[in-house]
Amino acid sequence: MKYALIPLLPLIAFMINILFGRRYIKDKAHWVSVPAVIGSFILAVSAFMDVKAGNVINIDIYNWIASGSFKVAIGFLIDPLTAVMLIVVTSISSLIFIYSIGYMHGDGGYYRFYAYLSLFVFSMLILVMANNFLLLYFGWEAVGLCSYFLIGFWFHKKSAADAGKKAFIVNRFGDFGFGLGVILIFLTFGSLEYTHVFGHASVIAGKTINFFGYDVGTITLICLLLFCGAVGKSAQLPLHVWLPDAMEGPTPVSALIHAATMVTAGVFMVARCNPLFDLSPVAMNTVAVVGGVTAIFAATIALVQNDIKRVIAYSTISQLGYMFLALGVGAYSAGIFHLYTHAYFKALLFLASGSVIHALHHAGHHDEQNMQKMGGLKKHMPTTYIVFILATLSITGIPLFSGFFSKDEILYRAFLGGGLGKFLWFLAALAALMTAFYSWRLIYLTFHGKFRGSDEHEHHIHESPKVITIPLWLLAFGAVFAGYVGIPPIFYEHGDRIGEFLAPVLGHPLGHGTHAEEIFVIAVSILVALAGWFIAYTMYLKKTELPQKLEARFQPLHKLLFNKYYIDELYSKTLVQPMLRASDKIFLGFFDGRIIEGVVNGVPSFIASFSRGLRRIQTGVFSSYALVMAIGALCIIAAMVFWK
Amino acid sequence: MSHLRSMILISPELLLVLTALSLLLLDFLVRRKGTLAVAGAAGIFISAYVNYRLIKVGMTGGTIQGMFAFDGYANFFKLIFYTTLLLTILLSVKYLAIEKISAGEYYSLLIFSTVGMMIMAAATDLLMLYLGLELMALSTYILAGIVRGDRRSNEAALKYFFLGAFSSAFLLYGITLVYGLTGSTNLREIASALHSLKLAESPITMLSLIFFITAFGFKIALAPFHMWAPDVYEGAPTPVTAFMSAGPKAAGFAVMGRVLFDVFGGLQMQWSIILEPLAILTIAVGSIIALSQTNIKRMLAYSSIAHAGYALIGIVIGTPEGFVSTMNYLMIYMIMNMGAFGVVIMLKREGFSGENLEDYAGLAKRHPVASALMLVFMFSLTGIPPTAGFIGKFYIFMEAVYAGHIYLVIIAALFSAVSAFFYLRVVMYMYMKEPAGDISLSTSKTAGIALAFAVIMVLVIGVFPSLLLNFARNSFFG
Repeated sequence: MKYALIPLLPLIAFMINILFGRRYIKDKAHWVSVPAVIGSFILAVSAFMDVKAGNVINIDIYNWIASGSFKVAIGFLIDPLTAVMLIVVTSISSLIFIYSIGYMHGDGGYYRFYAYLSLFVFSMLILVMANNFLLLYFGWEAVGLCSYFLIGFWFHKKSAADAGKKAFIVNRFGDFGFGLGVILIFLTFGSLEYTHVFGHASVIAGKTINFFGYDVGTITLICLLLFCGAVGKSAQLPLHVWLPDAMEGPTPVSALIHAATMVTAGVFMVARCNPLFDLSPVAMNTVAVVGGVTAIFAATIALVQNDIKRVIAYSTISQLGYMFLALGVGAYSAGIFHLYTHAYFKALLFLASGSVIHALHHAGHHDEQNMQKMGGLKKHMPTTYIVFILATLSITGIPLFSGFFSKDEILYRAFLGGGLGKFLWFLAALAALMTAFYSWRLIYLTFHGKFRGSDEHEHHIHESPKVITIPLWLLAFGAVFAGYVGIPPIFYEHGDRIGEFLAPVLGHPLGHGTHAEEIFVIAVSILVALAGWFIAYTMYLKKTELPQKLEARFQPLHKLLFNKYYIDELYSKTLVQPMLRASDKIFLGFFDGRIIEGVVNGVPSFIASFSRGLRRIQTGVFSSYALVMAIGALCIIAAMVFWK
Repeated sequence: MSHLRSMILISPELLLVLTALSLLLLDFLVRRKGTLAVAGAAGIFISAYVNYRLIKVGMTGGTIQGMFAFDGYANFFKLIFYTTLLLTILLSVKYLAIEKISAGEYYSLLIFSTVGMMIMAAATDLLMLYLGLELMALSTYILAGIVRGDRRSNEAALKYFFLGAFSSAFLLYGITLVYGLTGSTNLREIASALHSLKLAESPITMLSLIFFITAFGFKIALAPFHMWAPDVYEGAPTPVTAFMSAGPKAAGFAVMGRVLFDVFGGLQMQWSIILEPLAILTIAVGSIIALSQTNIKRMLAYSSIAHAGYALIGIVIGTPEGFVSTMNYLMIYMIMNMGAFGVVIMLKREGFSGENLEDYAGLAKRHPVASALMLVFMFSLTGIPPTAGFIGKFYIFMEAVYAGHIYLVIIAALFSAVSAFFYLRVVMYMYMKEPAGDISLSTSKTAGIALAFAVIMVLVIGVFPSLLLNFARNSFFG
């Protein structure tokens, strides 16, 4: 089974780099990792072709432990959903790996960087290829671990080390729920295999579990627990706080996390479990509402941020919200479609912003991520500028760019969805307006107007080298054209190729709208995209004094948004600090001081005195040992006599 | 014909005896002592190969008037003994040179001891069993005291000898009682007599069962018959300690399994009830006292006691599947334990014992490979996946859960967590502490081969557990 090589190649690259990197490979680490991930990509394409020809591969490669109905197996499932994910993960990773050659050049931990990056890709590939929940969980946790390594890659920088820890700890909250969900699946279905679980889902449909006196549907509970994990990993409310901080890692890592290897895991998992989610309207509504609210919530924060990567980070959270919104209204393929197009333009946005940061950094600029200190970079970095524009056209949903197709599909499905559908559509459309605004704001602040740093710095700004710009061009190609696999049927009858492709796994979304409805939705989304652009154009290019005026006028609101709704502070006050205080008092003071110290020091000292006592009996005389033996045998005899 | 057949079936043992005798002679003829190790290893390989061929051509069954069995059960344990013997010889070469131990004598005693173990595993008669046990024991007594100038070594040998004699008395008493009841020393005949004469419930039978358990419990160092072990393990030369904690222990389990299942099969309830508290006590004593040890040999001695307790759980369960998990465990324990001792042996050099925990401080900085090996062995002894130690514990615990011994598993798992403290403390010393002074290792090619083999097996079994488990299962069920 050659497809086992897809995750194996990055794993081998990791092993080679981590074992031999420090001494032998050093700054040639990319010669190991880049071919490995490109090899994975080629195999992924071949797997995709295989699936496209109608084959679904589901085999257990290796049974590690088997015990009754519980087994720990490494098995892969390659179906249309996995095939799409494989293409996304390996193609984006390949480009990011190449880009990193230039970006990380000269870093002291170069080999370590490529080792972790390879491990990250391996984990994500295991996650998407698993054919059982245990392996999925393994990939899930491994991805979390790698993100910790990579976000805190520059661990000597305190903010980076803290961000790494934050990502790991916040994810633990979600993962705890996810772990419980997996256990509950095993208890309910007696198996962790996808085929068994999904095949028997309808049997369990009516069952309930008594949960603190309330009868909760078993399926609902499973889905909500699984969704906890998705909320953590895909940075949805209220566990989104780690993602913006995650940009403390090197920019290629941010791109990888945001586009391919981490945040998409939650979306993928929910889509993978669609036979379960379909049975629980409660869980579906939860997914949709969390997605919709996150979309608009994150978009409002992005409106006022000044850090170039932070704006893009909040934009990711917002776009992930769209994907969950789609999943929640049952339009799984629309969610995966958006995941796929988003991966290209978001990777592009990150890598292009990395190009900007790289250039400013090398020009000696100190505040290299602050957009307020940029401006006028258009003439110095024409390539970066152009790809940035292309990515922005795509993310804001301008027709004929890939983001338009997938976002429109989501808006349309939300609009058709009953119940909360119209409300969610409204949220999504509003978020689209904001997306257009902050995306263009970013462009105008960074590339237009006058450079707001010193002249000397401006003099030194150059376009990035080819190893950086070539991946940008390739991604730009994806950002523009990736969407053409899912043209709405209203334009072209057999246009929705990706929807058809995914249908065997994800089914067809419910409900058919009229042409009028569809045109209305499309018109609105084009309108909001243009409106957002126009506002940004007016504020940041024409009347540049306007932003400050508005800021002064709506100061409380601006402060609220600028400080991200104070959620970090809220968590710090309500969770982190009480926890620290409690652990200081209770654990350090009482448990550690009395109980643990007591046990750790007490037991050995007790044993020491005990064994000292024994040694006194034993001074050169072994007869005491013989005595103990004899007494032991006698005790057994006595016990057996009395037991009778 | 039957004599010829007997000779063929015991030819592996005979070849080993021949090797041991020739080594004694060669010792006078050869000046380079390394040659002796090579010659010994060659003889062992030939014996093992002959054994392997016998299995392959389908030889099986009893011989010597039904006193000796050539069966899968015996062959599984023989594999453990052969491996222990070879690894011990490979690890000893440098040590012997440092301690100036007479090589010919040393190697031949190791081989004689192994022959004893092989006879124990194959014995189907109580007298043959006793013969093997004494051959093994007498050889190890001498091995423990082979460093004649070292008082600790002398003390170890003497203690071991007297207590061993004491335990042999228990065994002989048990044999006498059974013979008195049934008029036979053949395991199968005893079993059928106990059954047909309805003697299973007799108090005398019970008494003999308890005496057997006491005697075998001494060999595998079950609490409260374990007290000799830490002293002897600490005092004996380190390669001998490694050998004793793996080989004779497995041999003790081999005879225990055969006697309990073949003779006292009808009393399974009773021996389970006797052994269950002994298993808990053994694990508890081993794990708790190991916590406070700062001498690594002594720590490994207590760890070896604890591991015997885990392996005993498979017998407590009382099912054939349970004993299969014990066999699986013994093989795994032997390999990881030999590995751990192998690293300890490497730290030994002229005038420096290398047995204290402090000696491991900062080892990783100076000797990353040796530290990495020790790390794997410590992880395995703790039972952390994907090492073999995890697999061993997992299957024992799993069988115990299936048999309904849930509390036993919970207690064992808790002590397993306790054991992480003293195993991982070694890792902590190696990786987190600064080296105190210059540490140099007594490395040798032979030790390198032994350690490489051990670490590869620990990982291979950890990743492909079914290979070994199926082998154990097929061996047990024939």
